[in-house]
Amino acid sequence: MLDRVLTRHPQVALRPEPFGALAYHYDNRKLIFLRHPDLLTVVQSLDGRRTVAEALDVAGVASSRRPSFLAALQSLLDSEMLGEPALTR
Amino acid sequence: MNQPSLVDDLKSGLDAPICLTWELTYACNLQCVHCLSSSGRRDPDELTSAEAFGVLDELASMQVFYVNIGGGEPMIRKDFFDIVDHAVERGIGVKFSTNGAYLTPERAQRLAATPYLDVQISLDGLDAATNDPVRGKGSYEIARRAMDNLADAGFGPFKISIVVTRHNVGQLDGFKALADRYGATLRVTRLRPSGRGADSWHELHPTSVQQREIYRWLLEHGADVLTGDSFFHLNALGEQPLPGLNMCGAGRVVCLIDPIGDVYACPFVIHDEFKAGSVRDAGGFSGVWRNSHTFRELRRPQSAGACASCGQFDACQGGCMAAKYFTGLPLDGPDPECVNGHGEPALKVAGPHPIMAVDHSRAVPILLSRR
Ligand code: SF4
Ligand code: SF4
Repeated sequence: MLDRVLTRHPQVALRPEPFGALAYHYDNRKLIFLRHPDLLTVVQSLDGRRTVAEALDVAGVASSRRPSFLAALQSLLDSEMLGEPALTR
Repeated sequence: MNQPSLVDDLKSGLDAPICLTWELTYACNLQCVHCLSSSGRRDPDELTSAEAFGVLDELASMQVFYVNIGGGEPMIRKDFFDIVDHAVERGIGVKFSTNGAYLTPERAQRLAATPYLDVQISLDGLDAATNDPVRGKGSYEIARRAMDNLADAGFGPFKISIVVTRHNVGQLDGFKALADRYGATLRVTRLRPSGRGADSWHELHPTSVQQREIYRWLLEHGADVLTGDSFFHLNALGEQPLPGLNMCGAGRVVCLIDPIGDVYACPFVIHDEFKAGSVRDAGGFSGVWRNSHTFRELRRPQSAGACASCGQFDACQGGCMAAKYFTGLPLDGPDPECVNGHGEPALKVAGPHPIMAVDHSRAVPILLSRR
């Protein structure tokens, strides 16, 4: 996971909230709670150029906190909110 | 992440609602006996098109992802499609609920061509004999024709929305099969004693044996069947919670805008007690959502009252505020359908139930007689 380059699906919107953010996928209508402001920063930094490890660094996520962040990113992958950047772009 | 639970996060409120219902009109061609908004006649003071567009612009700036549009019958409004288009153009998804009477083949085509749009058709029985005593004569045929029209237009997976009553619990498998045949998604929700439902609830709500049946059935179908997270009071029946958010979201993640622009804590509590303001107020909808006294109160920690000694409070949260309020029960006590049986004795000593403040029922007697 750490060395994967990921990007947000173009139909995903992020809305900051006191606990972190909400992510909504307009195509599959899924709603996911990003339950830490740093997780929002990580997701925002996944722009199709950075690796997951780099995005975690941007948000200053220490290695002890990484497992829970990786689990959250996995659920975003499973719901297709995150994915590999399209080769054609 | 060592944190409070998600439910705790949400109880203190969000910057904008997740689940916002907007009832476009009190006008309706039907007169369902359990109508949560006591709809029938249009209110002369309903929001104009310009006001409706203004509300949508504000919701877009608050980043509300989607609105649940209902009524009355929303398709009765002449500007229905203008409102839908305005929402979608501003990035607000539309999920709307209809009895299907105005869903002609042409309109089905138009809906099928609109992105970010979900349609749900209401149906309360698998046949006219079960459905029509609740929703009105001819309403079964109307709903089925609308479903056919959506299917013919290639709409894709629309929703079939059922309110579970004593008379249709036994048809849950049949509803699922019907939805599967259409390639549709089944949605089943809980009957509440709101609106005209206050008068029909005692006769229609599922028995305690049926409640168990519903819980088992929902567990078996998991996330394949939508519930609007409305059955969390049943979580006290077992170890395994139903999928979805296990809490009353009123004023915290949920709210209602009624046809005249008044804002209430949830679609099932159209009563002054739960009114937070109006979109016509100076601060608009966001002012109401963020600052209203009513909503601030609901976001404060609530007392569990008589439920505090119940071992299942974490699972059941004491049930639905609307169900308690409109059966005359205290808000900090058991739900009238408490699965541990604490509802029945409470109902026996409950005061008269509060009357809905707003009633647009037409002046025809509604008779709930089976066949
Ligand atoms: S009052 Fe009942 S219907 Fe309304 S949000 Fe709470 S639990 Fe849901
Ligand atoms: S006593 Fe209260 S918390 Fe316990 S099951 Fe009944 S309604 Fe739920």
